[in-house]
Amino acid sequence: MSTSEATAARLELRGIRKSYPSIVANDHVDLTVEPGQIHAVLGENGAGKSTLMKIIYGVVKPDAGDIRWENGSVTIANPAHARRLGIGMVFQHFSLFETLTAAENIALGLPGRSDLTDLSQRIIALSERYGLPIEPARSIYSMSVGERQRVEIVRALLQNPKLLIMDEPTSVLAPQAVETLFETLRRLAREGCSILYISHKLDEIKALCTAATVLRGGKVVGVCDPRRETASDLARMMIGKDIPACQNSQTTSTPEACLTVRSLSIKSDDPFGTDLKDINFTLRSGEIIGIAGISGNGQRELMAALSGETPVADASAISLAGTRIGSLGPRQRRKLGMGFVPEERLGRGAVPSLPLSDNTLLTANGKPMVQLGMIQPTQIKALADNCIATYDVKCAGTNAGAKSLSGGNLQKFIVGREILQRPSVLLISQPTWGVDIGAAAFIRQSLIDLRNAGAGVLVVSEELDELFEICASIAVIARGRLSPFKRASETSVAEIGLAMTGQWPAETYPPEVAGEHAH
Amino acid sequence: MLINFVPRAAPSRAMQYASPLLAVALMMVLGFILCIAVGRNPLTTFYVFTISPVSTLYGFGELLIKAAPLVLIAMGLAIGFQSNIWNIGAEGQLTMGAICAGGLALHYASGDNGFALPAMIVAGAGGGMLWAAIPAFLRSRFNASEILVSLMLNYVAQLLLSYLVYGPWRDPQGFNFPQSRPLPPDALYPILLGDTRLNAGVLIALAAVLLGWLLMKRSFIGFQLKVTGLAEPAARYAGFSTKRAIWFGMLAGGLAAGLAGVGEVAGPLGQLFPTASRGYGYAAIIVAFLGRLNPVGILIAGLFMSLLYLGGEAAQIELNLPSAVTGLFQGTLLFFLLAIDVLVNFRIVVSPARPLRETVS
Amino acid sequence: MTGSMLISIVMATLVAGTPLAYAALGELVAEESGVLNLGIEGMMLAGAVTGFIAASATNSVWIGVAAGMMAGAALAAVFAVVAITLLASQVAAGLALAIFGTGLSSLLGKGYTGTSLVLEPSSVAAVVNQIPIVGPLLTQLHPLVYLSWLLFAGVNYFLYKTKAGLILRAVGESPASAHAIGYPVIRIRYLATIFGGAMSGVAGAYLATVYTPLWTEGMTAGRGWIALALVVFGTWRPARVLFGAYLFGGVTTAQLFAQGAGIPLPPELMSSLPYIATIVVLVLITRSRTLVRMNAPAALGQSFHAYA
Repeated sequence: MSTSEATAARLELRGIRKSYPSIVANDHVDLTVEPGQIHAVLGENGAGKSTLMKIIYGVVKPDAGDIRWENGSVTIANPAHARRLGIGMVFQHFSLFETLTAAENIALGLPGRSDLTDLSQRIIALSERYGLPIEPARSIYSMSVGERQRVEIVRALLQNPKLLIMDEPTSVLAPQAVETLFETLRRLAREGCSILYISHKLDEIKALCTAATVLRGGKVVGVCDPRRETASDLARMMIGKDIPACQNSQTTSTPEACLTVRSLSIKSDDPFGTDLKDINFTLRSGEIIGIAGISGNGQRELMAALSGETPVADASAISLAGTRIGSLGPRQRRKLGMGFVPEERLGRGAVPSLPLSDNTLLTANGKPMVQLGMIQPTQIKALADNCIATYDVKCAGTNAGAKSLSGGNLQKFIVGREILQRPSVLLISQPTWGVDIGAAAFIRQSLIDLRNAGAGVLVVSEELDELFEICASIAVIARGRLSPFKRASETSVAEIGLAMTGQWPAETYPPEVAGEHAH
Repeated sequence: MLINFVPRAAPSRAMQYASPLLAVALMMVLGFILCIAVGRNPLTTFYVFTISPVSTLYGFGELLIKAAPLVLIAMGLAIGFQSNIWNIGAEGQLTMGAICAGGLALHYASGDNGFALPAMIVAGAGGGMLWAAIPAFLRSRFNASEILVSLMLNYVAQLLLSYLVYGPWRDPQGFNFPQSRPLPPDALYPILLGDTRLNAGVLIALAAVLLGWLLMKRSFIGFQLKVTGLAEPAARYAGFSTKRAIWFGMLAGGLAAGLAGVGEVAGPLGQLFPTASRGYGYAAIIVAFLGRLNPVGILIAGLFMSLLYLGGEAAQIELNLPSAVTGLFQGTLLFFLLAIDVLVNFRIVVSPARPLRETVS
Repeated sequence: MTGSMLISIVMATLVAGTPLAYAALGELVAEESGVLNLGIEGMMLAGAVTGFIAASATNSVWIGVAAGMMAGAALAAVFAVVAITLLASQVAAGLALAIFGTGLSSLLGKGYTGTSLVLEPSSVAAVVNQIPIVGPLLTQLHPLVYLSWLLFAGVNYFLYKTKAGLILRAVGESPASAHAIGYPVIRIRYLATIFGGAMSGVAGAYLATVYTPLWTEGMTAGRGWIALALVVFGTWRPARVLFGAYLFGGVTTAQLFAQGAGIPLPPELMSSLPYIATIVVLVLITRSRTLVRMNAPAALGQSFHAYA
């Protein structure tokens, strides 16, 4: 390599700026990516990483700044142009079309007409080369999340990219699959492809990346080599202060079961969903238990069955402190003391266009919020104000529309709304997904405090660290089946990872504890 | 120059009030232009259309008597529209209301039967609700589009009425015209204002507005319906039954349309003809939109639409314009309203054109 | 039933089903891009009245059809601006289009109500008629019927054998993903919608110049709405949609034959058969959620805003 080639960066961003009505997403961002480098873009949710990637991929135009590609100045007009330059992107939320086949999806990402048989062969060749097995003729809807991601990656690789952008790729992978992905990426880097790796997971970045640019609040706050930094150094750069630790002195749980699930089997109402097969577990008052699993393995169906959004044929399959609730709807279950925080906030946990006061009424609609069928606005406002104050929700008051809140603040509001109704059981799904670190810590602490007050909490999450931090015991849901619960102190990430592939030793259900009968 | 729509942080309240007014204004401008284009004097046309019909007491009564069914039906439809339940079958439900009420009257009203009118009201309301129950059932059980089902039933109801007035219910003393016997006095609404046709049906419409306001703005059921229309997953999360919203929304519209049908038969029509409505079922949809699904708005929009009807009739007589012009204006009004409504949720941002050509130097 | 009666029935069915075929196939293409255009009735009537007027003025059915096509396309364009660019609810905009188109057509057709079209016999038809045995059969059907088969074949090929068709279906499945890959979602939706409008215009023009060569207010009698149901009945597959169109053509034919044969059923009952049949076929298809999810464009009826 001549010296000029060796010193030319593959991609250089200078002074990039992009702002939206309520926020400056990127503020004077500089970024330099060398050939063959695996470069991390590190920052918590809302720091501006996704916007920056969209600018590089031509989806979004920057308000100001320069982009230099291989020593020449460019204006990236659109994604097709980006692809022609040699930039490929694997999106966090896949841009796949469910009713089409893998081959058709890949064809859509390629220019010009493609003969599907010829393309299928190229797909198979490439997937074998990089260890990314996919079946070209299968429709996307029938694929697991991991397989779908492989389709996305193969689609990007077929264009021989010189820069591959990976946006939070491991949130949908089991631990073993993460290792396989890393191998693929290292191989690509060895072949000269640069990789931009977007993530907030510090251990992965330390394991994989050779350079890192840290974003906070839209600005670059540091450029470093993650191999030489400690995780806490990186975390401090990301959030500007130390990560608050959870006060979690483990209280012993009581033997009273507040939620019992026996032989729960459900056919999914979604033709693309996962059926539940013979789920059994018991949640006790004063404990937090967790269910790990990659999305698409039945969590959605399980939570919907527990919350009452899906009716259950066998009414005795679910019991709340001894009362059979299988045939009850969400409102009746709430009256009996069940609270529920879903993984989708806007559109399910809250109505985006309604103000926070109306959104309080969404689940808090017993007395005194509703009397004789009529809404009582003063009572609702009082509860909403209380929620905002107690749960540190940054917003423009109770009249603020739900969609005007940031992800973290909205989640704090929703969690607060449920906890303020003093549930005896709280179900919560993906509690801190997409939430900034400060709010995430606050939410986890709230769950712990709720547990200390005597409630039982069930957490479903893709983040293993979170589960190990707050849960007393953890199980894995895989392909609609639930593994036995294991005490967090007695299991490991590797064991959980194995369970995620559906393998766990056949165990009889633990013996009943005295006093915990379902009838 | 590039015109972009950028989402607002919160819907603009000013635009929510302003856009129906702007739509009406635009429509008037269009009307002016059309008049000039076909060589008519726009000012006299305007006068004929809007002022002259209500310049007499009788005209004022006509305004209210036409507004009543529009407001009544629009109120019922609005309850459904708010939950994303699209009842397009108000025309057929009105017809069924008229058939049931008229049929009852023809067979049981004898001139001094005090129960005739109340029975007619119940029958008409029931007929309308029954006709609306069909799409409600098919939607909640089989997920069939209530838009298409209720629409198809409009045609069926119309054919049923046609069959009845050409056949078994034809007035034997009617010179073979397709119409029923005139209804006896105890089957007619009492007139409220002498020398006009203004009858008690107007009071029913007002009651509907009041009830509608209470339901939609103050009751918890109204809140549930609102949430169902805004975000269905949130409604399910909250435990608000979508099935209940479907039935409620459709039956509210059916009830209102059925009552409006009684109002026509026991009011200005006084007997059954091959058509029971002058497109009120469809016009009410526009009234509901124009009034922003809001009771007060619907009241105002209903009066305005009634004026358009009267104006259309006056224009037919005095200016020789075809009656279809009313339908044309209604459709145009709705288009304008929908177009301007974009400004409620989006701002216009004009930016200088950027060279979108890809450059590599 | 004699052979000639059978042939008559088949012919009548094809003829009656043709306007539904055009309108439904056009709407199918629009819906594959995710746009639900409820205003078919309005576009068909607009096509009918402009087709009738143009054909009367020029004595040519083809010019009438071309005029009808442009009328349908123009109205679809107005709808597209309101529903696609200005992000209005597609349902509301479609209703507005239906009401507007109906009113417009009544207005334009005022001077022509009840008049019928008298056209000179086609010279091409005279030639084809000479062909032994098949000739007289072929000329019984207007060329537009044959063209509708070509349309069906074309739409089928386009949707499933071309990249452009694949892109169209992708847009209807997930406009956000298509946009992320870089496809011009808005432009694609406009083209699909305008094509649908053009086909509805042709359907209306055929109705007013070939099927019953006269003009009356509201002469489509709900066919536009039935066409919408046909797209659902055909589960968004061109072959099944075409079949559905002829099925309904058959229902219409049966009604005419029954009236002609003096069957003692009230004519209004027979007339209501197509509408009731529409309800029945709708229920048959939509009751299966899987069937709908697998075949309906997932983003049907949803507005798309790029927010870039």
